[in-house]
Amino acid sequence: MRHSTRIAVGPVQFRIGSDWPEPITALEQLYASYPKDDARSADATVRLLAARPWRRWVRPSVHIGGDFVVPDALPLPLSMGLLAAEMGMNLQVALGWRRHMLLHASAVARDGRALIMSGESGSGKSTLAALLGEGDWRLMGDEFTLIEPEGGNALAFPRAVSLKNEAIAEVAARVDAARLGPLIASTPKGDIRHLIPRADAIADMHEPARPALLLFPRFGGNAAIEPMGEGETFVRLTEASTNYVALGEVGFAALTRLVRETPAFGVSYPDSATGIALVEQLWAETK
Amino acid sequence: MPEPTYRAAPPDALRVEPLGELTAIFDRRSMQTHLVVSPMPEILEAMGADDCDAVTLAERLAQHFDFDGADDVQPILAERLSELAAMGLVARA
Amino acid sequence: MGRDKVSAVQTFVDLLAGRREAAALAPREWDGVIGVARSEAMLATLAHKLDGADLPPTVAALFADQRAAAAVAQRQALWEAEMAHRALAPLGIEFVLLKGAAYAAAGMACAAGRQIGDLDILVLAADIRRAENALLNAGWEWVKSDPYDDFYYREHMHELPPMIHKSRDRMIDVHHTILPRTHRITPDALALVSDAVASADGFAVLNPADMACHCAAHMLADGDLQGGLRNLWDFHLMTRDFSATDPGFWQQLDARARLHGLQDAVQRAARLARDLYGAALPAGWSGHDPADRWFRQRLLARDDWGRVTQPLLEQAFYIRSHWLRMPPAMLAQHLWTKWRRR
Repeated sequence: MRHSTRIAVGPVQFRIGSDWPEPITALEQLYASYPKDDARSADATVRLLAARPWRRWVRPSVHIGGDFVVPDALPLPLSMGLLAAEMGMNLQVALGWRRHMLLHASAVARDGRALIMSGESGSGKSTLAALLGEGDWRLMGDEFTLIEPEGGNALAFPRAVSLKNEAIAEVAARVDAARLGPLIASTPKGDIRHLIPRADAIADMHEPARPALLLFPRFGGNAAIEPMGEGETFVRLTEASTNYVALGEVGFAALTRLVRETPAFGVSYPDSATGIALVEQLWAETK
Repeated sequence: MPEPTYRAAPPDALRVEPLGELTAIFDRRSMQTHLVVSPMPEILEAMGADDCDAVTLAERLAQHFDFDGADDVQPILAERLSELAAMGLVARA
Repeated sequence: MGRDKVSAVQTFVDLLAGRREAAALAPREWDGVIGVARSEAMLATLAHKLDGADLPPTVAALFADQRAAAAVAQRQALWEAEMAHRALAPLGIEFVLLKGAAYAAAGMACAAGRQIGDLDILVLAADIRRAENALLNAGWEWVKSDPYDDFYYREHMHELPPMIHKSRDRMIDVHHTILPRTHRITPDALALVSDAVASADGFAVLNPADMACHCAAHMLADGDLQGGLRNLWDFHLMTRDFSATDPGFWQQLDARARLHGLQDAVQRAARLARDLYGAALPAGWSGHDPADRWFRQRLLARDDWGRVTQPLLEQAFYIRSHWLRMPPAMLAQHLWTKWRRR
């Protein structure tokens, strides 16, 4: 393809190709501080392409292609090229990664132990992880957490955090502007702005952490904590995993172990400050 | 119509892991996970390696569980057996 | 340097054919090879072929992932055959496994790492209604609810409209012959079923010669060469292994190809397997046909990013596949109906 770059996030090496220079330039800015190994083979390929040759110039719209594609995904305008790249990278990991059990969950670590938060978009798992990652936690990832099948450890996937809508202002108030990507307004997912993880999160991205606490956050409503049984946790995590079925018995073993060894809670919270307080309270109790 | 007879999966085909209120059963032949509740695990265990219909099954389970003279045990077990067959965990003998 | 850069798809084919050593690849050449292999749904096949080869660690790790995932996927695919058996056997309906599931059930070399999509089974035309009912009773349901598509399938195709299992979410294609009824070639379906053999797993599969005929038909007489490199790899490995255990295999293949009216497809498949994968062909098979060039080009039309490079050629093969499937007047009517319904 005309323009391309390579990015390594956690254990995954991406190769991203594009018909236009803009998305590649934007990606390279966002991931400039990540370690690079250009000789390493790519695990996943993303293609950002014009549906028809003339659409490179006329109302340019970006189709998301790659090793795996969603047949009826709508193209995005070129101004949202960075979002297209992010969606393409997520898709390849979600559908293609087989080395670890993949949880659609954010995670942060402290003292080698991981707090894993799983929930739908809108649950606040991403914002909570971003805010905790600005405190004395190491951000492991806002979107995917990988579980090693053999040892049961959690591995980080610290891509640039995708902040949405209200979370943008909330986080922007606390970080250096140099760590924020461009504002991408009015996307199909609302306003989006990327946050470059702190240097320690990137430097330690290959450090495993022992799962110590599983939370299922729910933004909105009164503050509440509800313990979750092994059975329900298992069911919810199979739903949160994009490759559980494809891993066969390896996935079954990893998941039963995770839910047996890790205390799990549902957490409702009305605002981020309360959410963080509840997280810290539960963390202190599980020690 | 006679009661249909079933045979349970061979023991090494299944990996059974109790998870609190549920039991997770992994079937190595299908690579599927089945989440079941009582009395499914008990039924599979009681069937052993033999061909079994609801009548035999009721007799075997009665040795361990108190059915308290309930008269609908057999039809309930027949229904559970057909559900286990749909999951592939038992097959018509 | 100095030499022309070898395309990724050519390198991929060379690696499969054993013409090139994996250790001789430059690190960055792997991107293209892996991209092409993924586009052809053959990454796990390549991973098996290069198991134990001298590979960069990141490639070796990716290949190990692919082999493990393919093993799981094959179990899942074969389970569909088992469940179809449980649904059909009580009614005395016998079926023959086709394509990927058959190769896996028979433990054939081409099954190593092979992706298996839908379950394809062949039943006698006389059994097809009863098979349909038995499957509906056992939890499969129709995918298409469109009356025209349904009518089209039943009237003209060589299979029931596709069905999907409601809890396992897997498709089954029930065939009663191996090419559409309207196709210019009409293979002998009765002979296919009655001469089937038992596989290692106990399922019935086509006999070796018929299996190679079907593979060639599926690739060249029916399809638009989508997935052609994989089908050709199947054909190459099965003919290689069948002829190694039975010296009379090529003769039988020729006889069965004549019976089914598939000589052209089978011979072309053999020539393409020779040209791409280095198959050794017996005397009488190793001819040349100028038109093979177009097939080779179509099969190798992928760039380093796994994209189809010759869309016009791809489209030509698409139209050809429809041309072969139905008489021109019907094709026009079919495309007209499809177009109006947009």
